[in-house]
Amino acid sequence: MVISSALIIWKGLIYITGSESPVVVVLSGSMEPGFKRGDILFLNMNKDPIRAGQIVVFNDGRDVPIVHRVIEVHEQRDSKEADILTKGDANPHDDRMLYTSSNRWLQRKYIMGRAVGFLPYVGWLTIIMTDKPII
Amino acid sequence: MHSFGHRLNGLLTFSVTILAIMCAIASLSDNLNTPSPTAEIKIMNINWFQKQPQGNDEVSLTMNISADLQSLFTWNTKQLFIFVAAEYETPKNSLNQVSLWDAIIPAKEHAKFWIHTSNKYRFVDQGNNLRGKKFNLTLHWHVMPKTGKMFADKIVMAGYSFPEEYR
Repeated sequence: MVISSALIIWKGLIYITGSESPVVVVLSGSMEPGFKRGDILFLNMNKDPIRAGQIVVFNDGRDVPIVHRVIEVHEQRDSKEADILTKGDANPHDDRMLYTSSNRWLQRKYIMGRAVGFLPYVGWLTIIMTDKPII
Repeated sequence: MHSFGHRLNGLLTFSVTILAIMCAIASLSDNLNTPSPTAEIKIMNINWFQKQPQGNDEVSLTMNISADLQSLFTWNTKQLFIFVAAEYETPKNSLNQVSLWDAIIPAKEHAKFWIHTSNKYRFVDQGNNLRGKKFNLTLHWHVMPKTGKMFADKIVMAGYSFPEEYR
């Protein structure tokens, strides 16, 4: 029952939010005190432009995606491509050092979604479930 | 429901569903709140305004930021994340947003404040377009709930401009 209802909710969320991974678990403390490790974030990925202040989940070719806030946007006039800079709320410095392949900016193609809602603590269930698949 | 496993499964599903519904209702109650925030930003001083060796303009400024954001707090609010961003356009970019300062407001009592500060983050342009340019300062806030949907909005204050010459 738990598994089938979880599956139905998961597939429903993928459809509603238009994102391939509509729910992520927060794995690090870099967005504290807003998001703590083990919280779940609901993501949304629509065609709206990325703007400063949005909390985005991005993966530019690393092991785990990162959930941080956008602090700078430079959107080009003709191509509508944007250079984006992010920073974790609890980090003293921006993420430039973290970006892979020595990019100075992040691009929209690396962004998997925007965080729009959140549930505390529920992510620990996922962390436990992936560690002990018997449950 | 004949075995311990079945009963535990049923109990778990039921309690998690109830919890989820309670969280959703808590989040929906936030929609009943009609906030009326106010803010004012005054630029006290342009500390310096230079072109870096790589060719990008950089400016350091000191601002007085005052705001009353108490009406944004509800019982379901964990914290308010606020930041001040400068917005301007350049020949190459239709929009530039650079965050200058941010803060976390953990409780309603701290949501009415006045602060005198220089920009926390470096204000660097992509290029050297800033001389004499007009820009807006926007105060953004992000209401982070104890559970549920996050709200974000902003107040735009227009009419600021950079000096004509480097100093």
